[in-house]
Formats: sequence, C-alpha cells, structure tokens
Amino acid sequence: MTLSKIWVYAEASEGKVATTTLELLTKARSLADTVECVLGGDAADVAAELGEHGATTVLATGDLSGRLQGVPVAAAIAAAVEAGNGPDAIFFGTSYDGRDVAARLSVKLDRTVITNNTDVEVDGGAIVTTEPVFGGTQLVKTKFTGPGPHLVLVRPKSFAAEPAGGGPAAVEALAVPDTGATGTAVVTNVFKEERSGPSLDDADIVVSGGRGLGESEKYGMIEDLAKALNAAPGASRAIVDAGWVPYSYQVGQTGKVVKPNVYIAAGISGATQHMVGMKGSKNIIAINKDAEAPIFGVADLGIIGDVHKVLPALLEALQAR
Amino acid sequence: MNIVVCAKQIPDPAEPGALDPETKTLKRDTKLILDESDMYGVEMGLQLADAAGGGEVTLVSMAPDNKVDGIRQGLAMGAAKAVLVSDPALAGSDALGTAKVLAAAIGRVEGAELILTATESSDGYTGTVPEQIAELMGLPSITFAKEIEIADGKVKVKRQTDDGYDEVECPLPCVVSVTAGVVEPRYPSFKGIMAAKSKPVDEVGVADLGIDAGSVGWAGGQQEIVGVEDAPTREAGEIIEDDGTGAEKIVAFLDNLKVI
Repeated sequence: MTLSKIWVYAEASEGKVATTTLELLTKARSLADTVECVLGGDAADVAAELGEHGATTVLATGDLSGRLQGVPVAAAIAAAVEAGNGPDAIFFGTSYDGRDVAARLSVKLDRTVITNNTDVEVDGGAIVTTEPVFGGTQLVKTKFTGPGPHLVLVRPKSFAAEPAGGGPAAVEALAVPDTGATGTAVVTNVFKEERSGPSLDDADIVVSGGRGLGESEKYGMIEDLAKALNAAPGASRAIVDAGWVPYSYQVGQTGKVVKPNVYIAAGISGATQHMVGMKGSKNIIAINKDAEAPIFGVADLGIIGDVHKVLPALLEALQAR
Repeated sequence: MNIVVCAKQIPDPAEPGALDPETKTLKRDTKLILDESDMYGVEMGLQLADAAGGGEVTLVSMAPDNKVDGIRQGLAMGAAKAVLVSDPALAGSDALGTAKVLAAAIGRVEGAELILTATESSDGYTGTVPEQIAELMGLPSITFAKEIEIADGKVKVKRQTDDGYDEVECPLPCVVSVTAGVVEPRYPSFKGIMAAKSKPVDEVGVADLGIDAGSVGWAGGQQEIVGVEDAPTREAGEIIEDDGTGAEKIVAFLDNLKVI
C-alpha cells in the first residue's frame, strides 16, 4: 500500500540540486503515487533535475531576497496545507535549512517531527521511520500515530539517488504569507571557504584526522595524503572544536555523513559522534596507537601504531609509485 | 542585557546509554550533567552580557525528578539564576512538547532579550527545539551561529553553511543557536561552585506554565515506538601492530581495491 502524495523539501545552490534532495525524491517515489517538491527560491534552474528524479511539480516561493529559509518556507507550506492541498508526508534532509523549515513547520501545524532517520517505510498505510541510536548499534522504529502531514527529517546518504527519467517538473507558485516579526532575520553577506579537490560528499576516498595528530600543524599530513590519493580531507569533532580545521571538514553526527569507497581514519579513537558519520563506508582503514580504540571495531584494516610514523611512510610510498 | 540560555541536563555521555525496556526511551534515572553543547551557550551568554555592560544570564531547563546537578554547573560558571520545569506529565515529551514547555518557561524570565541554545542536544540530537521555541514565541531566529556580536539593537551572526558561512542580522529579541566551539567555555572557579549552591532555582510544574498536560509528554505524543533492533555489525577486520611495515600494508590494501 502506498501513500497518495509526498512533498520533498528541495534544496539547491547555484542551480544545482542538493544530492540529499535527489536521494529523498528517489525514496519518496517508491512510497507515494505523487511526489512534489517545495522550494524556497526560484525553480527555473532546477525543475528539470527535480523532474528527472520523480517530482511532477515544484511548488516554489520565488526569490526570498536574502531571508533565511526557515520562516518563509514553513509559513508558505503551512498555508498550502491549511488550504487543503497538503500531502501525507513531507520529507526534509537533515541540513541547516532542512531542520529550520521542519521545526518551524511543526509548530505551525502542531505536528511532531521525527528526526535523524536513515529509512522510511509505509506499513499498512502508516509511516514508519528508522533512527539509529547509540552510535548506530541499535535501530529504533517509530510510527506516526497522529494526523498528517507527517514530518520526517532524513539523514544524508540514507538512500542512493537514481533518476527516474521524467521530464521537467511543472512549476507552481507557493505564496509566502506575511511572517511579521518572525521573518526579520536577513543574510547580509555570503562567504564560501576555498576548498580544492573532491568534496566530502562526492570523494571516492576520504582521509580524516583526529586528536591523535597531536597538534594543529600536523593536519598538513592529512592534506598531503588526501592530495596524493585524490581524496577529500576530513576531521573529527575534537579537532574542529579545537579550531584546527573549519567545521565544514567535520565528519560525524553533527557534521557530514560520508560513505566513500575507502575511509582512512588517522589518530581518531572512534567516538560515537564520529562513527555515525563514517560507519557506512565500504572499506575502513584505521591508524591509532591505542589498541583499545573503538575505531578498530569497524576497521577492515587496523594499524596499531604512531600516525607520525605511519603517515609519512605511507605518503612516501604513494609518491614513489 | 538579560539573556536566557536553554540548558539540558543529560546522562553522562561517557557512560554507556540504555533504553528503558518498557518505554523504549533513553534512561534518565542516573545522575544528570550539563550537556557539554550547552556550555558554549552559557559562556556566550556570560560574555555577551559582559560586553553589553551588564545584565543577567538565566538558565532554563526541563528535567525529570527536579534534578539540578547540571544546572548547578551552569550557575557555577556564572549564570545568575535558573528556571527548572519538572513534572511527571512531561515524561515521553517529543521535541515539540519540550519546546512548548521551554518557551513557556522562558516567558517567566523578565526582560529576556536574547535566547541562546545549542544546535542540538548530545543525547536526543533532534536539532529542532531552537526553531520550535522561536516559532512558539513569535520571534525571529538564527541557527548554527559560529560567531555572535550585538550592536545597534541587533544581533549579528556568522551562520555556518555547507560551503562556509553567511553573515546574518536580526533585531532583538530573538533566538540564536550556537555551534560547539563558538567560544571556549570557562571552568567554574571554586568561588563560583560555592556561590552556585545558593543561587535561586525557580522550580515549576506544567500547570504553573499554563500548559495543558494533555498536549505534552506521552499524552501529547503523535508517535509510537514500534520496535528496537540491533543494527547489522561489520565483520571483524585485520588489526595488526605496526612493526615498521604498517604503511606497506595500507598500500597493499589500497592496491587490492584498485584505488591507487
């Protein structure tokens, strides 16, 4: 039994749809007869890609002129739902904006929002979500019992994004009502950090460093190794909090979820927070001097040793090839 | 400037967590400590109040059994007072129920111009409560702040994004959620710890907040946990002591995968 209609909150940047949005569309079209997108922005550049992944219609607010997504998009969705056009469920990616919109909307509609999900099923007409807990060692399944639309926040990389081959989605206007005082936050400037090489999202290999590197300067070893392997450099929360690298490098529960072909963890002990973000990698290599480090519990190859010896030797061996 | 900081008291994350077999929710019957994520908000609040030339930081918390150990940690850092909501009716509250309670409790704090929260708790990590509080209170908000400055009656924030950060401005009063690392939390001094013992903690129940008990806790829930299962485990790998050939082993492993 499938649902009648699911909305996916679509995110896009510079005309490119976020991978998480495409993942959610792929899942949504296996659960519902009709899948539509809601977008806080202009749909012209993205209607084709959204349509190709299964969205028949994009309900778009048009340019939000510097406003954050949360308030205007939630207000617009709530108004559409109250007008009787709402879906059975709305899927959001666990992103900065996805959380903001879902949270604001949950108050407007007085609906619970189930977060941190890695799977969504329909069981006898009810939506059942799966959330990993305790560092992903256990899975909690939760069913929505109240009235819809049901609000579901899904972690990135929970599903593979696959095109369905559909034509461009039809674009319809999604009106943003007056949001009064709540809507007064404005973006005055946008800064992009320069990163070279593949991104954490797309890299085939990720090399991450942690506290075991000892000091900030030693993160250079991770960057050199990443360069040699055409990999993306990543980091544990500990060294991000310590200010060694920007937050955008963080792999883990509060950072990026990565699922590369190869994940190399150097000087990372494997706190729950980190493991949640990398456990899904196909092959895991860990280097740590503590034989008891939890990271070895998920490693396919574990080297109990000093990163300050193993990493330079590894770099030398790779460069000699 | 008076500032409210939402402070969650959680089971020590260093201890292995467990689900209550009956309710399938996190066991919170152990000693609770201040969530490390909230220490950044407390520190930020203290610094902003200082920079504004004065004002109080008030902690607002919801916890079972009138537990105050975690709140005392925040008071020891320098917060002036706290509001603690404790009520059996709150057991089983979801993020929305929690936000309803916190928003009502914040409403009891006079003259609060800025409400600070973490981006998410370290035990429930829904990450939705800050925005829910803001919407319930009819306030604007900025989430994921990595820097905060108050000037000309406005809060100016560097908000974390995927590619870097946005500079965002918002008039007061408002809600701001702060990322870990936004400031370095201070260690409480001995004097601070002693002073915290006598700082006022306003303990209130659901009825005091004018909240319908049926709209929070299990009664207000719109969800049901239908199962808990073990996640599939990875097969044990090859773990070896580095005898000087560790790097070669890694090269051979990568070679075998044809990625180099």
